[in-house]
Amino acid sequence: MDIADEATLRKFQKELNSGTVSLVLLAILDNSSEPLYGYQIAKSIEGGWQEGAPVKQGTLYPVLRSMEEQGLLGSRVEPSVSGPPRKYYTITERGRAVLTDWRAAWERTSAFVNETLEGRNGA
Amino acid sequence: MPDTIEGYLAELRTALAGADPALVQDAAYDAEEYLRSAAAEGGNTSEAIATAIDAYGTPAEIASAYRETERTVVAALRRPAPAKSTNPIARFFGVIGDPGAWGALFYMLLALLTGILYFTVVVTGLSLSLGLMVLIIGLPVALLFIGAVRAISLAEGRLVEGLLGVRMPRRPRTVGVQGSLVERVKSWFTDWRTWTTMLYMLLMLPLGVTYFSVIVTGLATSFALIAAPFVQVIFNTPIMRTFDYVYYLEPWGMPLVIAVGVLGFFITLWLAKGIGLLHGAFAKALLVGRFESETPGAPVGPIGAAPTAGAGTQG
Repeated sequence: MDIADEATLRKFQKELNSGTVSLVLLAILDNSSEPLYGYQIAKSIEGGWQEGAPVKQGTLYPVLRSMEEQGLLGSRVEPSVSGPPRKYYTITERGRAVLTDWRAAWERTSAFVNETLEGRNGA
Repeated sequence: MPDTIEGYLAELRTALAGADPALVQDAAYDAEEYLRSAAAEGGNTSEAIATAIDAYGTPAEIASAYRETERTVVAALRRPAPAKSTNPIARFFGVIGDPGAWGALFYMLLALLTGILYFTVVVTGLSLSLGLMVLIIGLPVALLFIGAVRAISLAEGRLVEGLLGVRMPRRPRTVGVQGSLVERVKSWFTDWRTWTTMLYMLLMLPLGVTYFSVIVTGLATSFALIAAPFVQVIFNTPIMRTFDYVYYLEPWGMPLVIAVGVLGFFITLWLAKGIGLLHGAFAKALLVGRFESETPGAPVGPIGAAPTAGAGTQG
């Protein structure tokens, strides 16, 4: 793959991420039985990818923050021994409702994209 | 690419130069939480720190992610600006629909309460800590006190942002210090922000009393003027009494008095809005204002050269 193609791929991946990251974050917090702090969330995303996650861990934090601003997540701060106090996030009722909608939208989108890629749509 | 956590935080601050100090504090907080957790998991070796920094993203990348989010969040959360009328009279009376003015009014009434509380905490905490310093118990008391000051600083920030509309930090402040708990606690004492926060809390008593008095006087005078003619008509009591005379309002003066009362009420609202603006700037300067050592270009956090020495000694 030459450099230009690689840059295009990176850009495409970045655009994909910007749409899916909030959905993934919501789902992780919805599946978790206990509140998670930023590092745990980042780690579980990194662990989910087969090889090198294409999303920089640091870019997850502002997304978490903005979802909290929108009332999709709640948080509380607890002291920690290894560094600054940790901010633990939980999903709110509103977050759950939004996740249901988003999940449906994602399933529609991914089904459509997959069918198109397999050549079952269009001409 | 920086190879220490302090170095990374310093570069992140530089990359965010010019952004809101509250945003910079939040971003540094997030980065520090991640990097320290990741480094601790990897045994605090320099490789573990390098891997963590690599996974977190370059300061430039992260800075642009925060700027991007802040832009969209700010745009989404901003109160719709009240339609600006060109007519000065309409603008003057339009303040009644301005949530900012009402927020500031409420903040100023609350300031009496918070002012007394902050003042009491600082005076009690300081005198207890200093007085008990000769005994061993002085240190834990001092730590508890400074911890409380930092918590109140965050809480007051939320109050100021909510009611006065000034962007304040949403995370506790961290100083770029690495190392044992002892070293980090020590940084609380050397952090200038701790002391300016205490100053702010002390000043909140006189300010709170003043704000409260101004607003209560303004509201009481306005409502009294509006109510006086009605009281005179309904209960047939004079509006003023001396030993020898009673004064009644002439009927032609009644609408005039009511009008002055209404005007006074709107002036009080404008006053609240103005003082709220000033107080917001004041709170920001003392609670989150930047210090010289934190300005872009400075090598590390506010305690100068100390931090790097602590790298890797964390237990």
